[in-house]
Amino acid sequence: MPHPHPIELLRFNTCGSVDDGKSTLIGRLLYDSKNLMEDQIEALERSADITGGGQINLANLTDGLRAEREQGITIDVAYRYFATPRRKFIVADTPGHVQYTRNMVTGASTANLSIVLVDARQGVIEQSRRHTYLAALLGIPHIVIAVNKMDLVGWSEERFLEIRDEFEKFLPRLDTLRDVKFIPMSALNGDNVVDPSKHTPWYQGPALLGHLETVHIASDWNMSAFRFPVQWVNRPNNPTDQNLHDFRGLSGQIAGGLVRKGQPVIVLPSGLRSSIKEIWTHQSAVEEAFCPQSVTLCLEHDVDVSRGDMIVGFENLPGMGSDLQARVCWMHQRPLQPGKKYFLKHSTQTVQAVITSLESRINISTFEPEPHPPELTINDIGVIRIKTAKPLVFDGYNTNRLTGSFILIEQGTNATVAAGMLTAPGAAVKLDDNDFAI
Amino acid sequence: MNSYHLDHLQYLETEAIHVMREVAAEFERPVLLFSGGKDSICLLRLAEKAFLPSDLPMPFLNIETGHEFPELLEFRDRRAAQLGAKLLVRTVDDAIAKGLAMPKPGVVSRNQLQTPALLGAIEEFHFDCCIGGARRDEEKARAKERFFSFRDGFGQWDPKNQRPEIWNLYNARVNQGENMRVFPLSNWTEMDVWEYIKREQLEVPNIYFSHTRDCFRRGGQWTPLPPDHTDTTKPDPYAGARPKPNEPIKKLVVRVRTIADMISTGMIESPAESVDDIIAEIAAARVTERGTRADDRASEAAMEDRKKAGYF
Ligand SMILES: Nc1nc2c(ncn2[C@@H]2O[C@H](COP(=O)(O)OP(=O)(O)O)[C@@H](O)[C@H]2O)c(=O)[nH]1
Repeated sequence: MPHPHPIELLRFNTCGSVDDGKSTLIGRLLYDSKNLMEDQIEALERSADITGGGQINLANLTDGLRAEREQGITIDVAYRYFATPRRKFIVADTPGHVQYTRNMVTGASTANLSIVLVDARQGVIEQSRRHTYLAALLGIPHIVIAVNKMDLVGWSEERFLEIRDEFEKFLPRLDTLRDVKFIPMSALNGDNVVDPSKHTPWYQGPALLGHLETVHIASDWNMSAFRFPVQWVNRPNNPTDQNLHDFRGLSGQIAGGLVRKGQPVIVLPSGLRSSIKEIWTHQSAVEEAFCPQSVTLCLEHDVDVSRGDMIVGFENLPGMGSDLQARVCWMHQRPLQPGKKYFLKHSTQTVQAVITSLESRINISTFEPEPHPPELTINDIGVIRIKTAKPLVFDGYNTNRLTGSFILIEQGTNATVAAGMLTAPGAAVKLDDNDFAI
Repeated sequence: MNSYHLDHLQYLETEAIHVMREVAAEFERPVLLFSGGKDSICLLRLAEKAFLPSDLPMPFLNIETGHEFPELLEFRDRRAAQLGAKLLVRTVDDAIAKGLAMPKPGVVSRNQLQTPALLGAIEEFHFDCCIGGARRDEEKARAKERFFSFRDGFGQWDPKNQRPEIWNLYNARVNQGENMRVFPLSNWTEMDVWEYIKREQLEVPNIYFSHTRDCFRRGGQWTPLPPDHTDTTKPDPYAGARPKPNEPIKKLVVRVRTIADMISTGMIESPAESVDDIIAEIAAARVTERGTRADDRASEAAMEDRKKAGYF
């Protein structure tokens, strides 16, 4: 057995400006943790032959995309996979520059952790502020500020602390950031990447990989309020099998909290009440299930439930409404225009929506809102108000990434044009005392 | 608190099941591409988990090149029958007969011809979504592939203009004539696939395990000897793919690592007899200590990787 212990999965993305050493860093992580694939090794050999002397350039490992850049092809998100005996890793590699915001939002949306690279010689530049802002906007639970190229500043602790201070001046304004770690390193030489550096005796923390292997991610999912967007109604429709004849399961992925057999629940938006009769995973009923498991629930009463409904517990009720405020990242060449209709996909439901107003565009270098811009263009972040044809059952994005997020889809072309993060509801949904299960 | 936590396979599983159910909910006529290979075997288990006790809400489709390993076809048919699924088979021969596919003169392999055959089947059955078992770790181009990969009216993928995929919110909308390829195993690695096969105790075709087979060397790999040409009323389907006099046949202990058809699959020399052996073999192939460890159970695949790693 290669893996005696359960192995967790950590998803991270890397952000940095051109030449901060992002490709070198990913190459170094893959190389030093012995995760090279054949084709990557071949690519390295080839480039080593070209540059002569067999000197290997680690940046080439991840630079399938650099070639694309040279050919003028749109830069996109690529995913890479590696493993250590303790964890598996999925890296979202977003080398875009022009389209950086859009790609970073895509790559970071599923990340537990973001690595923000800084060139130690340059310190905090505008890009560093942007990347950190975006990581905070997306609610990424863990951030690593990788102060790279420490070899070029003589491994100076003073320089490292200076950069940390610069960050700490603006970090308090990004109040969603909970866990920020600073690591001095040299991606080129491998210092503090996989192996601790001999050059930084003044640094007591872990090397990057050690941190990635141990950072506590068990509570990255919202475990405090049960949310179950109904995804698919499971009706076997089998007239001959007595057990299956009446089976009516509600399948979906738990988007928050836990659910137990016997627990009272409410179906929203209808407000119908019932309780959990059975929780099915594959071929077996279980006593409880938790986020983000995919399960099938059976309710005690035969209430009307369909895809797009949300089943919730009685504690920590969500918001419900059709007039919503959200921050959006605009992702399409055609700009956002107030008054235009889109499809909005939120959890498992798609509804028509109209943007009623564009309240502000956020300057992501100063973090300041600029009120009432005429439009949002690609890579802009803005605050909008939106009206949906049917009420959404939702949480604020900062409370729950799964029930607080949506995408906008352009009608006709079906292009995905925006990623949206909902503002927390003003009040939780009011339950009417008359809402009982039939 | 810690017990409310998924390990990596459980996470990949819940993600894939979510994707499968989105397909069932969002598309009218989905189909699952089932070849009998290891990736699609995982897909089938995920489909069972996503939809049981209901019947699977989609048929299976396989495009045959006509050069299949008989073991694979037998396995494919048996698994589909066990699940009570409807298995549709379309062949490259049909596609050629209908003028959908044009063989290139002198090219024996029919890999390329599978694409027009697939597009023909999509049109014939009006499928709006095909679930496939591709993984992003397979090759560079795949690393950028989406879970929901949009194809235009000509079945084309436009990598420059993909829909961004954010959170777990998949945009499944297609217009008439367009369709979607969906890859629930996008985030799985080869190792994950085998670990899942082990955990779920899934049966795989026996050609994945080491066996003795007649092979000959061509194109830098061990090619399996095709079956004899018995029905002489028809032309030999393996004409051009049989060993030439200067390609001696050798009896080897081999297995397949990935399966295409008998013409395109390279057999690797390997003693791996069980799923555990295969997992150990992959582990060795990937994380070998720069060729310093002489592992006498090493397979050819491990050796190759190791040789390359030896450069460092
Ligand atoms: N001295 C030094 N050079 C580095 C370090 N990391 C990266 N570089 C160099 O910086 C240049 C840009 O690195 P690259 O990884 O391509 O940056 P990217 O554009 O962020 O992917 C390359 O010449 C690297 O060799 C480091 O830690 N120290």
